[in-house]
Amino acid sequence: MTDPQIGRRLRLAGLLVGAAAVLTACGNDNGQNSLDPKGPAAQKIDNLFIPILILAIVIGVAVITATVVFALKFRHREGKPDNPKQIHGSTPLEIGWTIVPALILAVVAVPTIATIFDLAKVPKGPHVLQVQVDGKQWWWQFQLPKQPMVDKKVVTSTELHIPIKTKVYLSEQSDNVIHSFWVPELAGKKDVVPNHDNHNTIEADKPGTFLGACAEYCGLSHADMRFRVIAQTMDDWKAWLASEQQGPAQPWSGEIKDLTATKYSCTQCHVFDDSTKDTGRPNLTHLASRSTFAGGTYTVNRKNLTNWVMDAPSMIAMESQKCRQPPETPCVGMPSFTKNTPKGQPVMTRADADTIVTYLLGEK
Amino acid sequence: MTAVPEVLAPPRPRRLDLLHRPTRTTGFWSWWTTVDHKKIAILYGGTALIFFLIAGIEALLIRLQLAGPNGTVLTQSQYNTLFTMHGTTMVFLVGMPLAVAFGNYFIPLMIGARDVAFPRLNMFGFWAFLIGGLFIYSGFVLGGAPNGGWFGYTPLTSTPMSQGALPGHGPDFWTVGLVMLGFGSVTSGINFIVTILNMRAPGMTLMRMPVFVWMMLVTAFLTVFAIPCVTAALIMVFFDRNFSTNFFLAANGGDPLLYQHLFWLFGHPEVYILILPGMGIISEILPVFARKPLFGYAVVVFSGIAIGFLGWGVWAHHMFATGLGPVAVSAFSLATMLIAIPTGVKIFNWLGTVWGGSVRLKTPMLFALGFIAMFTIGGLSGVTHSIVPADTQQTDTYYVVAHFHYVLFGGLIFAIFGGFYYWWPKIFGKMLDERLGKLNFWLMLIGFNVTFFPMHLLGLEGQPRRTYTYAKGMGWDNINLLVSIGSFIIAASVLVFLVNVVLTTIRGERAPADPWDGRTLEWSIPTPVPEYNFAEIPVVHARDDFWARKYTEDDQGRLVRLPAGGSDSGTTGAVAVAEIEPDSDSGAGEGGDLGGHGEEPGGTGGHGFHMPSPSFYPLILTLGLPILGYAAVFKSPFLAIPGFIVLLFGMYGWAIEPGTAED
Amino acid sequence: MAQATLPVPSGSQHDDHGHGHGHPETTTGTTNTKLAMWVFLSSECLFFGAFIATYLLYRGRSLKGPTPKDVYNIPFTSVTSFILLMSSLTMVLALAAIQRGDHRRFRVWLIATALFGLTFISGQIYEFTEFYREGLSLSTNTFGSSFFVLTGIHGMHVTVGIIWLLSLWGLSMQGKIEVQHSEKVEIAGLYWHFVDVVWIVIFTVVYLIPA
Repeated sequence: MTDPQIGRRLRLAGLLVGAAAVLTACGNDNGQNSLDPKGPAAQKIDNLFIPILILAIVIGVAVITATVVFALKFRHREGKPDNPKQIHGSTPLEIGWTIVPALILAVVAVPTIATIFDLAKVPKGPHVLQVQVDGKQWWWQFQLPKQPMVDKKVVTSTELHIPIKTKVYLSEQSDNVIHSFWVPELAGKKDVVPNHDNHNTIEADKPGTFLGACAEYCGLSHADMRFRVIAQTMDDWKAWLASEQQGPAQPWSGEIKDLTATKYSCTQCHVFDDSTKDTGRPNLTHLASRSTFAGGTYTVNRKNLTNWVMDAPSMIAMESQKCRQPPETPCVGMPSFTKNTPKGQPVMTRADADTIVTYLLGEK
Repeated sequence: MTAVPEVLAPPRPRRLDLLHRPTRTTGFWSWWTTVDHKKIAILYGGTALIFFLIAGIEALLIRLQLAGPNGTVLTQSQYNTLFTMHGTTMVFLVGMPLAVAFGNYFIPLMIGARDVAFPRLNMFGFWAFLIGGLFIYSGFVLGGAPNGGWFGYTPLTSTPMSQGALPGHGPDFWTVGLVMLGFGSVTSGINFIVTILNMRAPGMTLMRMPVFVWMMLVTAFLTVFAIPCVTAALIMVFFDRNFSTNFFLAANGGDPLLYQHLFWLFGHPEVYILILPGMGIISEILPVFARKPLFGYAVVVFSGIAIGFLGWGVWAHHMFATGLGPVAVSAFSLATMLIAIPTGVKIFNWLGTVWGGSVRLKTPMLFALGFIAMFTIGGLSGVTHSIVPADTQQTDTYYVVAHFHYVLFGGLIFAIFGGFYYWWPKIFGKMLDERLGKLNFWLMLIGFNVTFFPMHLLGLEGQPRRTYTYAKGMGWDNINLLVSIGSFIIAASVLVFLVNVVLTTIRGERAPADPWDGRTLEWSIPTPVPEYNFAEIPVVHARDDFWARKYTEDDQGRLVRLPAGGSDSGTTGAVAVAEIEPDSDSGAGEGGDLGGHGEEPGGTGGHGFHMPSPSFYPLILTLGLPILGYAAVFKSPFLAIPGFIVLLFGMYGWAIEPGTAED
Repeated sequence: MAQATLPVPSGSQHDDHGHGHGHPETTTGTTNTKLAMWVFLSSECLFFGAFIATYLLYRGRSLKGPTPKDVYNIPFTSVTSFILLMSSLTMVLALAAIQRGDHRRFRVWLIATALFGLTFISGQIYEFTEFYREGLSLSTNTFGSSFFVLTGIHGMHVTVGIIWLLSLWGLSMQGKIEVQHSEKVEIAGLYWHFVDVVWIVIFTVVYLIPA
């Protein structure tokens, strides 16, 4: 096999591997695939990235091919003369391979800068949905404040509902550590930094469920800080909003209130009957209208909720052993109500848990 | 601060010696007090290799956990500790010290010096590295190993232990340990700068220096300027955690992003601190095995310097998602693209070096070629990070993990292994086995690509990094399994290397003084290298001086071997060395005698040179550091007092002890 | 450190102790120790730079008092700053004295330098206590954190310098600092001047330029 042949084959193989890889990746419809954009921001990023990626693959394959071909072509073989020409350098070549990459990069820089400013534009007007995103350890809270599109505030968590073809302007806040809000199919990530009012715009073209994850290491259960963005038609979204804005689906009184407000002091952190309240902990009004809970890692169903209510730390790692010890010691997460119970506090019974979970599952 | 006592050396030392001065220069105990740059280099290298194995085991555990969805090998907390320690270890306890190891051994040999400028400070640097590393690892048994990430972002790490989401003392050990390592890095940086600038042999002008020395010089400057930035940041983190300051406490007006600026102002130059030595190593290997001078020497040197300068202007490209605003982001995007240019220039010059050569595909050359290929991939994915909108999708995903492993493993570690095979015969006098070496290379190349290439896809498909598990049904399962398999292939390649080392040590062939037909001065002296390196300080007449003593060019620029005796005044066995066919096995016996050629006797110290004497004080001084470190972590004044006493004893002892004992 | 006796500088390897000509020969002509000191001080610049930048970043951004205006006593700090500045002058005089072999004056100026430094440190301790009494501590606000850590680290540098000067004085009293060792004094002087210059910068940006 002669050397140019090797080169051609290598180049072909490289291109095939690269193309196959990109195609495979594009085909993954896991709902969290940056190569499968479903909104204008992600689409613009993809339009910018893919041509540059291809250019990079071509350059990479060329350089690697050259490395292999040069090494083989100029390999010393027994019996061949061993007196290579002593080339010390070449000014024209040096100038060439300085200027050509500079020109390529200059060409790349133009659309890059344009896209940076394009994506940083602040959408304005009554048809923009404003959402406050709160990064917590380790779950996401979404607040829809009163605005032209929302006549009464709504606080929810783990699942953000948005209407399609509508710019959603996110204001990202944290009162704890740094998180990063990322829904790959809708937009790039934006860090959620304490004391910084960061913003990001997302928009979905079609109805669908898009997965997101916290992308900045934020402590013990960073991996379990997922969420989903559910894009709906405007009518569906309005129906969802109206349902969320209502009070609890069932009366929060009698036994359930005794259990949650008095016996187990759930209300120290949680709210059961008011979807406008932000207590810094998950608002449980309409919990059953969501499909997942606990940082989007568990499906809302009887088994999971019962385990969670009784012994949450067995499901998600949390530094919450001291949460039930008065006076309030700093803690992160949901305590266990069956283990390490401090003196004077009740251990949760299965019957109580069932009652609470039955109530929660009724909270559509 | 360690510079304080340096100037106090009195004229009548013997009366003032606090301890009896060690005199051994051989045997086990000599390693504790040695000031010989070559021995210190071996200490650096050996220790760093052990840390490399530890970091590798950490990586394998991580990959076992991630081999399938919802893995249960590790708990969340263990996983966080392992990725923190893997990163911290590889950057601070493997990458930097391995470069320092090669620098320590070969900078003096390459510039024609008998030692570094400050031999005892050199030993202090090693002890600070070892003890700092052990200090960080001691967290595992003393209340919490570091678990805040190798980057230790605030406020996660700066939140006091009592309220933090990070269990245990982890960030305390991490900050204090890194400050200790910083002392070692800065002192060795200063040492290298002074050695390179001040101790070159006559005729060794800056533009005749080997590229490796040049790159170590740039690296040393970067180290000396970058470490204080992170030291300041670490001090602030420690104060926030332990003395309730508000540097990064948002509730009191602190700004968590300040930490990121300070950290990356260190962290980005740090990337070049890691990669420039690797570039230097392969710039030595390529010309030797292509039997051609480095293509565009001056351009390679200046692009290295350019990278060193530009490296200070790109730190915020680690922060594109933090909300810096489009103007700042655009500026850092352009600066990042700019730094690709000198990097690319280097790659083209390396290719130009191979072009037209008489290439010997020995193991060192394979690793050097592997470096070019792998580093190119890492460099190109780096360019895609400068495309800021794309970076907001890629950052903190496996795409970034892939990128920097291509740069740091495919780059630095490949170069380091190339360096091992290249310089092993000079350091240990034995040739590493070629067949095992080639097996090592191919396993590593395949394992590396199987591990890290698919990670590009994982990242683009949305898998965030630093997550201990992932859900089923994300389409990541197969790729992750492949990645995990690849990591074990890398492990196998490292195992082959270790086997090679053991077999070579037991029954390897003796290496001649100049086994590769080398170009630089380290090959001009006998193997094993005498304590004083050069019996007579060489006078340098050319770049690649040793080569110029063996070869010249005919009128067509082709290589011509000089007749025995040479035209130049080589002081060692240059001519005899040139007679050895570097490819043949039969040269070994001859090579063994090379050291004796010329005027050099076999023994050491027979020349009346006053080589620097061994000393206890670098060790004693360094022992003060962990005591003070534990005092800081556990807020114990009772520990602080003995810590200061040991430190002061070490300093004063060092100061009043002369560098070279009187006869 | 060992440069004086190390036979490493090119061409001087047979010049056993390098003391002979005062300065051992090096490639650049600057001695190893002095070059190392310059590199070390340039490294220190970035160290202080990081803390000064932090102070500037938080200037005027404290959420609660006391603010600089509430606690600063500019006349007092001006006096201690002036004293520290004067110590640089005495340091120069000390070096000049040892270079011409005047041991008595050398010791006088050396001890004067150390005493000036000590006065400065006492002033700083007094200032810190006053500030603390007025309600400013490390944890009060970002001003307190960045001010105390920056000036405290500078104070530690001055303290190290004082110990260094006193050690030199002790050696001189034992007759161990000869004319040919004047570089040891020069190195200490470099450090001392650096610490002074840093203070000038700190005094200007921290105390004088209003928020």
